[in-house]
Amino acid sequence: MLELIGFAVVCAVLAVTAIYVVNGKNLVHSVLMLAGLLFTTAVLFVLLGAPFLAGIQVMLYAGGVVTLMLFAIMLTRRSSGVAISNETIRARRLPAALLCGGLFALLVWAIANTNEFPSGGDTALSTRDLGTSLFTEQVLSFEVLGVLLLAATIGAIVLARKRDHGEPEPAGTIGFVRRREETSR
Amino acid sequence: MTLAHVLYAAMFIFCLGLYGTLTRRNVIGILLSVEVMANSVNIVLVGFSRFTQNLLGQIFAVFVMSLTVAEVVVGLALVILLYRTMRHTDIDEASRLRH
Repeated sequence: MLELIGFAVVCAVLAVTAIYVVNGKNLVHSVLMLAGLLFTTAVLFVLLGAPFLAGIQVMLYAGGVVTLMLFAIMLTRRSSGVAISNETIRARRLPAALLCGGLFALLVWAIANTNEFPSGGDTALSTRDLGTSLFTEQVLSFEVLGVLLLAATIGAIVLARKRDHGEPEPAGTIGFVRRREETSR
Repeated sequence: MTLAHVLYAAMFIFCLGLYGTLTRRNVIGILLSVEVMANSVNIVLVGFSRFTQNLLGQIFAVFVMSLTVAEVVVGLALVILLYRTMRHTDIDEASRLRH
């Protein structure tokens, strides 16, 4: 019973924060609400008996991703003091709402019409088993994941670094814009 | 709390994320909405792992998390590059490839 109340509270918080993230007017507030959403998801993971994942969730998302997002916002704002436009596109609201509402209705119908869901025992899965499995059976995918993260990091650095003066700009970056502005004048 | 409850919650969040992805004007806003969707997928994975007593769901959730982080890092690098090129982060204005 207590578990069910906790679950209901977590779901309510999840819904409110998610609605604010996708519909809020201020982008910085949206990011902070995303942090709230991710924290609440960590609480849900604890309720579902996955404390290790809850820990990762807080460290990786609420710590890393949200900070990165805030940095990106600060770097791309035009001048301090001006709130960044975060309006949703008005003409797309209704079709998008209809589509998502329809999808939600379809999914709810599918879940409600499923005869039997697994409802296995109450024993929590141990973190020890998770670690053992990750480093024995799943070790190959784990290593591949490491390579992927390395590739993503290098790719991000290459994309976002400032270019040296002597180096030619790739087509379509600032040089191209400047040239086009000059010719149009 | 049964698996169906967890699934309903996750589906609701997923549909909200989809709505945000379709309607947002700012690229960073779209990335946020994609995060919301990925998060709901993780909830489903962990929910199934809990109610089938199978660890593979949690392991998959670990992989999904790492992939999402990689996606965010590359996505934000692209956002900064877009801003440096166009001086804004509006998705509708970034249509040079169309012409």
